[in-house]
Amino acid sequence: MNHAAALPAEEHFETSTGLNTFKLGFWVFLGSETLFFGSLIATYMVYKGASVTPPYPSQILNIPLTSISTFVLLMSSLAMVLALAGVQRGNRAQTLTWLLATAALGSLFLGFQAFEFTEFYHKGLTLQTNLFGSTFFILTGFHGAHVTVGVIWLLMLWVQALRGRLGAERALTVEIAGLYWHFVDIVWIAIFTLIYLLE
Amino acid sequence: MSTNPAAASAAHEIEHDVHTHPGWKTYVVIGAILTVITAVEVAVFYIPAMRPVLTPILLALSAAKFIIVVMFYMHLKFDSRLFSSVFVTPLILAIAVVISLVILFKVTPLYYPQ
Amino acid sequence: MATAEARVRAEFEPHGGTGIWSWITTVDHKRIAILYYVTSVVFLVLGGIEALIIRLQLAQPNGTVISAETYNQLFTMHGVTMVFLMGMPISVAFFNYLIPLQIGARDVAFPRLNALSYWIFLFGGIFLYSSFLVGQAPNGGWFGYAPLTSKQFTPGLNADFYSLGLQALGVASIMGGVNFITTIINMRAPGMRLMRMPLFTWMSFVTSFLLITALPVLAVALFFLTFDRQWGTNFYQVAAGGDPILWQHLFWMFGHPEVYILILPAFGILSDIIPTFSRKPLFGYAVMVYSGCLIGLISWGVWAHHMFATGLGPIADSFFTISTMIIAIPTGVKIFNWLATMFGGQLRFTTPMLFSIATVGLFTVGGISGVMHAASPADLQQTDTYFVIAHFHYVLVAGTVSAVMAGTYYWFPKVTGRFMSERLGKWNFWLFFIGMNLTFFPMHFIGLLGMPRRTFTYSPDLHVTNLNLSATIGAFILAIAFLLLIVNVLISRRNGAPASHNPWGAATLEWATSSPPPEYNFGRIPVIHNREPLWLPGKEEVVEAAQARPGAIHMPPPSFWPFFTAIGIVGTFALFLTGHWWAPLIGVAWTAIGIVNWAYEPTH
Repeated sequence: MNHAAALPAEEHFETSTGLNTFKLGFWVFLGSETLFFGSLIATYMVYKGASVTPPYPSQILNIPLTSISTFVLLMSSLAMVLALAGVQRGNRAQTLTWLLATAALGSLFLGFQAFEFTEFYHKGLTLQTNLFGSTFFILTGFHGAHVTVGVIWLLMLWVQALRGRLGAERALTVEIAGLYWHFVDIVWIAIFTLIYLLE
Repeated sequence: MSTNPAAASAAHEIEHDVHTHPGWKTYVVIGAILTVITAVEVAVFYIPAMRPVLTPILLALSAAKFIIVVMFYMHLKFDSRLFSSVFVTPLILAIAVVISLVILFKVTPLYYPQ
Repeated sequence: MATAEARVRAEFEPHGGTGIWSWITTVDHKRIAILYYVTSVVFLVLGGIEALIIRLQLAQPNGTVISAETYNQLFTMHGVTMVFLMGMPISVAFFNYLIPLQIGARDVAFPRLNALSYWIFLFGGIFLYSSFLVGQAPNGGWFGYAPLTSKQFTPGLNADFYSLGLQALGVASIMGGVNFITTIINMRAPGMRLMRMPLFTWMSFVTSFLLITALPVLAVALFFLTFDRQWGTNFYQVAAGGDPILWQHLFWMFGHPEVYILILPAFGILSDIIPTFSRKPLFGYAVMVYSGCLIGLISWGVWAHHMFATGLGPIADSFFTISTMIIAIPTGVKIFNWLATMFGGQLRFTTPMLFSIATVGLFTVGGISGVMHAASPADLQQTDTYFVIAHFHYVLVAGTVSAVMAGTYYWFPKVTGRFMSERLGKWNFWLFFIGMNLTFFPMHFIGLLGMPRRTFTYSPDLHVTNLNLSATIGAFILAIAFLLLIVNVLISRRNGAPASHNPWGAATLEWATSSPPPEYNFGRIPVIHNREPLWLPGKEEVVEAAQARPGAIHMPPPSFWPFFTAIGIVGTFALFLTGHWWAPLIGVAWTAIGIVNWAYEPTH
C-alpha cells in the first residue's frame, strides 16, 4: 500500500510549506469565524443595559446551571483530544469510546441549552421581548448551531470508525474535526465569562 | 518536483507532528486545570468581597482558559507558527472589533461637548 | 493500486469536453476564472444600463423619465451590482486565473470549493436581480441604512432581497478568501518565496485576508436585519432601545475593508503591467509589498469616517480623521513607486499601459478628494452630496475598472493565445478616458453647489443643469467604451493576431507556460531563483520546464456537487422570503445532501 516514499513528491505532499493544505485552510476558516462571533459578542456588549422592558439578565441568567454546562463542554474538549490520541495510535476501541463521549457531552450541552431557552421562554423572555432577548438568543443560538454541526460531524466520524475506516492514516481528519470542536469550546469560554459572569 | 526538498521535509514533519503532540497524561492534566479555573471563576463570582475586582479577574481567568485550549488541545504550541498566524491575526481584529465598539458606544459619548 | 513506476510513466489525460456540462462541472481554475469574468461583465452591462437610466433622468431638471421609487431601486441596484456583482467577482476572475500561474501551481488549493464560490455568486446575483421581476428591488441604497430597511419603512420584499442576496454573496467571498490564502501560502513552486511572488499575487493575498475578516462582520449585520424583519427582533429598533447606528458601524467595519478589497487587486494589476512596459523591475518591490499590507491593516481602522455626520463625538472624529489621513501615506508610496518604475524606462504605450498610466493619474484625483473627506469638518459639508459620488467613482471607475481593463488587454493573449486589437484598444482607451472625466469631474462641482445624492430630480434654480447634462453625455461615451471592450474581446478571441507564450516580454511566471496554458499549467513545476524568472539568467530552464511534456500529473476530476450545493446554499437564503420558519430548512437539507456527496466523491 505505502508507496509514498517511491512516488514523485507531488503525488502526496505538494505543498511549499510542508503543512497540510486542509489543516491550513481550516485554520484560516477558524480565523474568519472569530470575526463572526466577535461581532455577535460586540453587539451583546454594546446593548448591555439598553433593554427598556424586563426581564433583565440579572433576573434570569442561571449561573449554577450554566457553570455545569460549561464544565460539560470543557470535558467534551478533553474527550476530543483523547479520541485524537486514540486515532493517532491506531487504537480503535479508544477512538470509538472517546468520539462517542465527545458527541454525547456535546449533546448534553445542547440539552442544557434547550432547557435554558425553554425556562427563559416561560419567564417571558423571547427573541422579541427586548434587546437582551434578541442579542442573547441570537448569540447563544448561533453558538448552539455550531455545536449541533459539530455533533453531527463527530457522529459521522464515529460511524466511520465503527466500520474500521478511521485508522491512523486518517488522523488528520479527526484532528480537523477536533479543531472545530475546540474552537466552539473557546467561543463558549468567551461567552460564559462575558455574557453570564460579567453581568 | 521529484527533487522537491520541501516534500521530503513535509513527510518528516507529519511524522514529527504526531510524536510531539502531547499524550494522554498531558491532556488529562490540562483538563483538570481547565476545570479548576472554571470553578475559581464561579467561586469568584459568588464572593461579595471580590466585586470591585471581578471584571479583571474573570477576564484574566477566561483568557487563560482560552489560551490553554488553543495551545494544548488545538496544538498551536507544537504546530507550525503559520497556523498560529493565520488564526491569531483575525483573532486580534475580532478582539479589536469588540473593544472599539464598546468604546464607541459606552465611553466616547461621555466626552461629547455639552 | 498501480505501482509507483506505472504512475510515473503514465501520460497526463485531460478532462476534455467543451459542452455546457463540462462548464457546469469544471473545477479548473482557468475555466472558473473565465466564468467569473463573463458573468461579471454581464452584471457590468446591467449595472451600466441602470446608470444610464439614472443619467437620463438627471439630464434635465425636473426630469420625468422614471418615478422616484424606480429611481431608488435603480441607484441601489447600480451600487449593489457594481460592488458585489462586478467589482469583487471581476477581481476574483483575475485571482483565479493568475494566482496559480504566478506562483507555479497546478490549481488552487481547493478546486471544488472554488467552483462552489462561483456558483453561489452566480445564483446570488440572479436572486438579487429576480427582485425586479416582482417590482421590489432593493431601494434603500447599497449600504441599506437602518431604520430605513425596517419593516415599518420598507414593508415590501425590497430589503429582504438585499439582506438575503448579500448574505449568499458573502458566503462565496469567504470561501474564496480561504481558498486563495491557502493556495498562496501552500501551493508555491520550489524557490517561490513570499518575497519573490509577483505583486498581483501579493495584493490578492492581502485582499483575501480582508475578505475572510470583513465579510463575517457583514454577515452578522445582515443576520440582524433578516431577524429584525422576519422574526421581529430588536437590533435596529429605536422603540426597543436599539440603535440604528449599530448597523452603520457593522456595515462600515465591513465596508471600508471592502473598499480596499476592490482597489488592492487593481494595485496588483498595475504593479505587474507597468514594469513590463517600462522594461524595468518594479521600483521598491519590498516597499510595495509592505505598503499593501499596511493598507490592508489600516483599512480596518478607518470605518467611521463614513459616519462623521452621525455625531460620533470629538474623540472618535479625531481618531478616524487621523487614521484616514494616515492610510493615504502607503497609498501615496505606491503612486510614487509606479512613477519611479516608469522613470527612465523604455516605455511602450500599448493599450494596457495607457490604461495603467491613466489609472495612476486618475486614481490620484480620487485619492485627493478622499483626503478632503477625511477631515471631519469638511466632510460635514460634503457628505451625501455629489462630491462623494465624484470621489468614489474616481477611485472605483478610474481605479478598479480602469485597471481591470488594463489587465484584460494585458492577459488576454495568455488566456486565448491571441492579442486584442490595438486599434480598437486605443479607441476604447480614449473614449473611456474622455467619458470617465466628462461624467465624474463635473460631479465635484455639482456636489459642492449643493445637489444631494440619491434625489431623483433637482430644480433649475440649483444651477447645475449644464454640469448634469455633461455628466449624462459622458456616461453615454463611457458606455460606448465598454461596448468597444466587449466587441474587441469577441472579435479578437477568434481573429486576433497570434501571441507567443510571452508576447509582451514580461518577467513573471505566468508567461513561462504556453498561451493558452494547458489544463495542468506547467509540464514540470519550474524552480524559481528570483523575482523576475523570465528576465534574469536561468529563464530558459524556467520556460523549458513550464512547457515540458507532462508526465503523470494528477488533476482533480470534474464535479457536479459544487453546482448542486450552491443551489442549496442560495436556496436556503432565498426561501426566507416565504416567511415560513421551516422553508429554509429545505435548502439546508439540499445543502447537506450536496455536502455528503461531495465528501464521499472520489478525487482520484
